[in-house]
Amino acid sequence: MTPADAHDTYGTRARERVGFFTDTSICIGCKACEVACKEWNLVPEDGLAFTGFSYDNTVELSANSWRHVAFIEQSAEVGLAPNMAPERGDVPQADFRWLMESDVCKHCTHAGCLDVCPTGAILRTEFGTVVIQDDVCNGCGYCVTGCPFGVISIREIAHDGGAHKCTLCYDRLRGDLEPACAKACPTGSIQFGPLDELRARARGRVADLRDAGHTNARLYLASDDDGVGGAGAFFLLLDEPEVYGLPPDPVVPTRHLRSMWAWAAAAAAALAAASRIAAGGRR
Amino acid sequence: MSDPSRSGGTGANTASSARGADSYYAQPIIKAPHWKAYIPGYFFFGGLAGGATTLAGSARRSGHDALAHRLQLVATGALAVSPILLIKDLGRPRRFVNMLRVAKPTSPMSMGTWILSAASASTGSAAALSATSRLPRVRSVLEAASAALGPPLATYTGALVAQSVVPAWHDARRELPLLFAASSAASASGVGVIVCAPSEAGPARRLGIAAGIAEVAVAAVMNRRLGPLVGQPYREGRAGSYARAARVSALAGSATLAIGGRRRVVAAAGGALLLAGSWCERFAVFHAGRQSAQDPRATSLPQRERATSRAQT
Repeated sequence: MTPADAHDTYGTRARERVGFFTDTSICIGCKACEVACKEWNLVPEDGLAFTGFSYDNTVELSANSWRHVAFIEQSAEVGLAPNMAPERGDVPQADFRWLMESDVCKHCTHAGCLDVCPTGAILRTEFGTVVIQDDVCNGCGYCVTGCPFGVISIREIAHDGGAHKCTLCYDRLRGDLEPACAKACPTGSIQFGPLDELRARARGRVADLRDAGHTNARLYLASDDDGVGGAGAFFLLLDEPEVYGLPPDPVVPTRHLRSMWAWAAAAAAALAAASRIAAGGRR
Repeated sequence: MSDPSRSGGTGANTASSARGADSYYAQPIIKAPHWKAYIPGYFFFGGLAGGATTLAGSARRSGHDALAHRLQLVATGALAVSPILLIKDLGRPRRFVNMLRVAKPTSPMSMGTWILSAASASTGSAAALSATSRLPRVRSVLEAASAALGPPLATYTGALVAQSVVPAWHDARRELPLLFAASSAASASGVGVIVCAPSEAGPARRLGIAAGIAEVAVAAVMNRRLGPLVGQPYREGRAGSYARAARVSALAGSATLAIGGRRRVVAAAGGALLLAGSWCERFAVFHAGRQSAQDPRATSLPQRERATSRAQT
């Protein structure tokens, strides 16, 4: 069994896999998700900085920011959808647009953080999500290097020292509540629900946007055959993933695990052989 | 047109993204490793121990008992230092024992914990028994176990850093274990020629000459295969400085041993150079990982190339 199949091991206690569909085309950058997440999950304040990155002073997902709203200012020719085009000619055509995206842990089907965790602190829940058991984590930091999205990190403040990330509000899920960020989102940019339903809805939405002239609209991490086996949290983007700080073709490192162990075994054999040759026969 | 649901699908037109923006305010995409200098320090000491128990086993077989015995003591010392370094690096050091809750093949750190534990137990108790010269049979079994665990102890750390999303580590997954094996052999041999007279240190001298050269050769192959973008950290900044120092020290160490290794003082100098080279090699790899993670293009450009070529097929 690989950790990715662990959802099945819950047997009858397994619940339907749930996740987030984050539709960035209707994000207004209010950061209610960031605030609601911090409030509910008691995520500590980690500094108030001014970055100059548009309205983004959170900068990145980390142990202390489990939702992060990205702001991208683009000077681009923006074709308005036919039904949105101004009827009178005195309204100038937009030559600027703002992209906003609320980023979050992807809750990957093949989760790099979970695979490399040496204590078993990171587990797959009955909802198919990926959660860190804070009372088990010893802060080794291996998960930090295992995430293709740079989501997880060590909390160095508040005398913590452990790894933290989005839990998809595991406690709320167990109480049949939706996660705090989705609850707080005022536009429906963050949608929570059974993953299959969300994917179907997202496919419809991306088709509508393309019909309306947003030919760059695309889904990100919504396919089971991508490098992380599809994600529990996927996105509708209006530009290339790099623009939002997302990797364009993420692959979980575990995909090459066999070859890594094989090369390590070959190197070990080479060392043993070299040592034997250097020592020579019995003198 | 590619399937829009596919991740990284490029969609129909890229007019609005043709601004050359290939990052988000030049911020890293992945997180830099959180590890401190304890970790490359452990790579050195753990590697030294792995190389030393391996060479001690070979030396015992070939009848170089003095060398075998002293290398065993060196390994015992290095294995005593290793867990201290590892525990000091933990964010929650008191919970180090949680490493022993599970054994996970997907986590080289987990497997490595077991390898290190077994190597420490066998090497330490063999050393203790040889000090008291009791239970010779048990001692030789323990010594055999210790020697057998040396090569995995010396190489698993290469797999450990390779099993990550850091481009300069993951893309070097073929070479890193071999680089660490050579570096371990170089350090163990370096100690061997220091602690034993040349008449006793033949195996260490021969292995040291080969290991220093191998270390430089493997690093060169790794650099070439990684290419200009992903391999950049090994040539620039702190990692580049350490890599150059490692190359010079390892080659000088090998040359010194080859030319004057039969004179005690010269051999000791060569051994010290090999040790310095091994130390610098570990820090070069460590810092290369940090630098690589901080460069968003090292992550995104190879992925973009892969996604584009897949979309075209």
